[in-house]
Amino acid sequence: MKELTCIVCPVGCHLKVDQELHVTGNKCPRGLNYAITEMTNPKRVLTTTVKTAYMSIPRLSVKTKDPIPKAMIKDIMSQLNNVIVINDVKIGDVIVANILDTGVDIIATKSVHNQTHEGETL
Amino acid sequence: MKNIDLVIIGGGAAGLAAALSAKHQDIQLMLIEREQTLGGILNQCIHNGFGLHVFKEELTGPEYADRFIEEFQEENIQVMLGTTVIDIKKDHDFILTVTSMKDGYQHITARAVIIASGCYEKTRGAISLPGERPKGIMPAGSAQRYLNMDGYLVGKRIFILGSGDIGLIMARRMTLEGATVCGVAEIMPYSNGLTRNIVQCLDDFNIPLYLSHTVTDIKGKERLEQITIQQVDEHFQPISGTEKIFDVDTLLLSVGLIPDIALFDSLHMEKHPTTKSAVVDQHLMTSVDGLFVCGNALHVHDLVDWVSKEGNLAGLHAKAYLLHKKPKSNLKVDVIPGSKIRYVVPQKIDFGALDEPITLSFRTTEKMIAGTFKVLQNNQVIAVKKAKYIAPAEMETLEIAQDAFISQDAITLVLEES
Repeated sequence: MKELTCIVCPVGCHLKVDQELHVTGNKCPRGLNYAITEMTNPKRVLTTTVKTAYMSIPRLSVKTKDPIPKAMIKDIMSQLNNVIVINDVKIGDVIVANILDTGVDIIATKSVHNQTHEGETL
Repeated sequence: MKNIDLVIIGGGAAGLAAALSAKHQDIQLMLIEREQTLGGILNQCIHNGFGLHVFKEELTGPEYADRFIEEFQEENIQVMLGTTVIDIKKDHDFILTVTSMKDGYQHITARAVIIASGCYEKTRGAISLPGERPKGIMPAGSAQRYLNMDGYLVGKRIFILGSGDIGLIMARRMTLEGATVCGVAEIMPYSNGLTRNIVQCLDDFNIPLYLSHTVTDIKGKERLEQITIQQVDEHFQPISGTEKIFDVDTLLLSVGLIPDIALFDSLHMEKHPTTKSAVVDQHLMTSVDGLFVCGNALHVHDLVDWVSKEGNLAGLHAKAYLLHKKPKSNLKVDVIPGSKIRYVVPQKIDFGALDEPITLSFRTTEKMIAGTFKVLQNNQVIAVKKAKYIAPAEMETLEIAQDAFISQDAITLVLEES
C-alpha cells in the first residue's frame, strides 16, 4: 500500500494504491490515471546546471526537453557532472543528445556568449 | 546630469514588463539594473513552472526572462547595467544618484519613476532564532544563487526552516547536487508551498516535513553543528519533550519575503503596515506624484505571471501620466480589507481618474474550500466573485467595472464561506 497526494488539480486528493494498482481516495478519474502513472512509470522534467568555461557565467542552466523516468534522475545528474560547455550556446540548444538512451535531449534554458564582458552582458 | 522622462528601477520581471508597456516615441525611457544581466531573480530560478498564465506553457525562470529580454532588446530601450541607485530625492522632478563600476557616480533627473526593485528575504534576525551564531545559516534564496549562478553548494547536511516554495525547491535542488536534506520544519499546521512542490520536491526524495515545528536551538562554534526542532502548540509555543536533534552544517531559511523599498524612504510616501510597501491607487501611483511601484516591490506575489501583468499596468499608467498630465485628484478613498482579507492592492481608489475597470489583488487570512469574495460600498454589494480552494499562500484577484460604483465612498472587500 502506497500513499500519494494527487497534484493534477488544487483539490489534492490523498490517494492509496495497493499492489494490484487498486486506487482509493480519488474524487475523479484523473486521480486514478495519476496514481497508476506514479506507480508504474513516474516521470519528471529535470532542471539543473552544467559547468561552462566562461568566467563571468560559470553555470549554464539546462533541462530535459521532455519528462524522463524518475528513477533515472540520479544517473542523469552524474552524467551531467562531466559536461563542460566551452562554446557559445543559444537558449534551446541541445547540450547532450539522447541522454543515457532515454530518447530525451538535455537543452540549454539560457544563452551564453563568449564575447560577454563586464558591463556588456544581457 | 542625464535628463530622462521615466526611470524604471529594476530589470526583473516587473521592470521589463513596465519598460515594454511604457515605451512611447515621446517618452525618454531608462531602465536601471544593479546586476550585469537583466532578468532579476528569474535567472537563479532554474526550475520550471513559470509562464503558465502568460505564455500558456511551462518554462524555467531563465526561459521566462528571456522572452521579455528579447523583446526589450528589440525595442532598443536605454539600459544601465551594473548600476545601483543609492539616493533618490524629489524637488519638482526626481533626482536619482546612481553608481556603477563603468561610469562612476552620476545624477539622473526624471519626471516619473517606477520602482520595480523586487523583495528581499527575511533573515535570522527577523524571526529571532535562538541559540549560537555560527556560519552556515542563510536564506534559501541566497543558497539558490550560490548554487545555480556561481556553482557552489553551501553545505553537505542541510535542514530547512519554513516550507515556502523557495525552501521546497532548494530541498530538491540540494539533494540532486549530492547534499543530504534532513528535513523541513514549518511552524504552521499546513505548508505555505504549492502541493505540487511538496510532492515533487519532498515526497520524491523522502524528505520529511515537520508541520507545527520550529527550530528552538542552534549549536556550533565556527560552523553550524547541530539544531534542535520542537513541536509547537496552537499559540506557537514549543512543547517540551518533543525535541528532535539534527546534526547539520547548514540551515536554510524560507520564512518570508519583504518588499525592498527602503531606498525610497527619503520620499516619505505613505506606506501600508501589512504589505510593508507603498500605498498605491488603481494606477499603482504612490502618494508621491509621479512615483509608481509594481511587482514584488509592491507586494510579494506567488506567480511571476502576475508580476509581469502588474509591471505592464504600471508602465501603461506611467506613460499616461507623462503624456496627459492631470492635476492631482483629491478624490482618493480607501479600499478596506474586511473579514478574512489580509490585504488589498490598490489600497486607494482615485475617483477623480476612474477611467477603466479596477482589478483588486489580495490575500486571504485563512484556507477555505469554497468561498465568495464581495465588494461592498455603502453596505451594498457592488462586485462578487466565487472561488474554490482559497489559501493565504495564493494571491486572488477580482475586477470591478467602473460603472459598478454607486458612490465615491470607500469600499470594503470581504470573504464569506460558501
